[in-house]
Amino acid sequence: MYTFSNRLKIASFILMAVGVLGIGIGFMAAPSTVEEAKAIVAGHGDGHGDAHAVAEGHGAEMEHGDAHDASHDEHLLHQLQNKPWAALYVAAFFFFMIALGVLAFYAIQRAAQAGWSPLLFRVMEGITAYLVPGGIVVFVILALSVAHMNHLFVWMDPEVVAHDKLLQGKAGFLNGTFFLIRAAIFLGGWILYREYSRKLSLAQDESNDDSNFKLNFRISAGFLVFYLISESMMSWDWIMSVDPHWFSTLFGWYIFASMFVSGITVIAMVTIYLKSRGYLPDVNDSHIHDLAKFMFGISIFWTYLWFSQFMLIWYSNIPEEVTYFVTRIADFNLPFFGMVAMNFLFPVLLLMNSDFKRTNWFVVMTGIVILAGHYMDIFNAIMPATVGDQWYIGIPEIGSILFFAGFFIFFVFRALTKAPLQPKRNPFIEESKHFHY
Amino acid sequence: MASKVIHAFYNDDDVLMHAVKKVKAAKHHIEEVYCPFPVHGLDKAMGLAPTRIAITSFMYGCVGLAVSIVMMNYIMIQDWPQDIGGKPSFSYLENMPAFVPIMFELTVFFAAHLMVITFYLRSRLWPFKEAENPDVRTTDDHFLMEIEIHNNEQELRDLLMDTGAVEINITEK
Repeated sequence: MYTFSNRLKIASFILMAVGVLGIGIGFMAAPSTVEEAKAIVAGHGDGHGDAHAVAEGHGAEMEHGDAHDASHDEHLLHQLQNKPWAALYVAAFFFFMIALGVLAFYAIQRAAQAGWSPLLFRVMEGITAYLVPGGIVVFVILALSVAHMNHLFVWMDPEVVAHDKLLQGKAGFLNGTFFLIRAAIFLGGWILYREYSRKLSLAQDESNDDSNFKLNFRISAGFLVFYLISESMMSWDWIMSVDPHWFSTLFGWYIFASMFVSGITVIAMVTIYLKSRGYLPDVNDSHIHDLAKFMFGISIFWTYLWFSQFMLIWYSNIPEEVTYFVTRIADFNLPFFGMVAMNFLFPVLLLMNSDFKRTNWFVVMTGIVILAGHYMDIFNAIMPATVGDQWYIGIPEIGSILFFAGFFIFFVFRALTKAPLQPKRNPFIEESKHFHY
Repeated sequence: MASKVIHAFYNDDDVLMHAVKKVKAAKHHIEEVYCPFPVHGLDKAMGLAPTRIAITSFMYGCVGLAVSIVMMNYIMIQDWPQDIGGKPSFSYLENMPAFVPIMFELTVFFAAHLMVITFYLRSRLWPFKEAENPDVRTTDDHFLMEIEIHNNEQELRDLLMDTGAVEINITEK
């Protein structure tokens, strides 16, 4: 049995406390009037001469003269007011997505009846325990958006929809009630599978036949069908709809690749941590090697999707589509291209060598870069539409990351203490113990 | 040069693996093992040096990438610039996204084909080459271990029988 070490527990509380402080400062510093907003921007010494280039959701029709300036200033106010909310949402979603990626990986291992991974099942189940608290936080943020507490999703603003033909056309799908119903169905389905599969996994340890294992196999295969559809729709709802005019048909896959690689990375990191503390004695280098191969492969898969999305839109150059990348290349140049270096070049070059994939500190170091890179991926997906060129990785952003990191660590490691770290009666446990590459 | 070799036949890959480990433990040099299919872990058990083909593959990939860059720069930018999708920028870098699929494909193409050719050269294989395996059954359902004899025929024979060989032959090589 794993015991949650006091040092780690205290570390997670400190992370949460510092994070709350950062989030609080972010909300306090957000302007409440147009004058304050202008003062903040002037104080930072950069004019907002080309801020209108990212006037997303305020419609293409620009008012003229003074009216334009006024709407411009109001837009700036909304961007700055969105900043702490967007920072909170990006971090909340990022850590939630790690747990969701692990859930998909776990379900695939179950459905494939993989022989190498049963030793890691408890680690995966521990990480997916974060789906409940993490999902609730994300849901609350979405519900607050629907309640007009923030302007993360412009299509939720009836003023904007009234002047926008496209959004009126999409209102049957993009409306607050249906949006929350969908979110509840997605979260409910994922959590239901997680809890049920965990129950069967624990029951299998005490049982004297393989019926729990077989049932787990069947529900996992069924769940993957639900997951692929719900994850894809979730990515349209929770991420793509911040740019409600823009759409991409492979967006669901693209977000999936991000969550999958982040999830696998966290499995590897938690496993290495537990092993360094003397737990999981039967996990060997080959298990880490396999996880690192997945990190390497899915990083390339992510890049493939990122580039496929980019190249088609860049080549066809249709104004409705290309604004998405114009904004990112103009205002988010460093995070946008830096993310490709972190998510592609770095893992490809570092994890290509077979020996490096078995070296724990190498896997952890690459993992940290991969996680930072995929945080940037979500950052680049949410920020351009919500805060535009006012983005900055400052106190609210880092505070949110720290808070959710602490929150994540606390719930994941607390779940790891609940059951023995090694499944006893999984039919493949012997194969997993002797797994050798 | 006539040297005597002993051929031990096995009909199971697990038995073969154990036999290889035993023979190695008894400090005999195994000339070669002929298998109808690749046996996982056999190279390590025989103490063969790890393959360096992955390194050649990486280098071939780099060559392919370089060839694709030079080729597309010559074809699409220098020799005959074309206006495709309104992008006549006459600059390799600005048109680069359009060339990425070609860069990727040629990297894979070079790495894969040159790696196979390297493998053939290194294994001394070419079309219409006479088969080298000493017994046709090694292409069907038998595994064969070949050990050179240095005045220790009886000792080897006993050892190999002990490891579960189904047949033992002595031949001149």
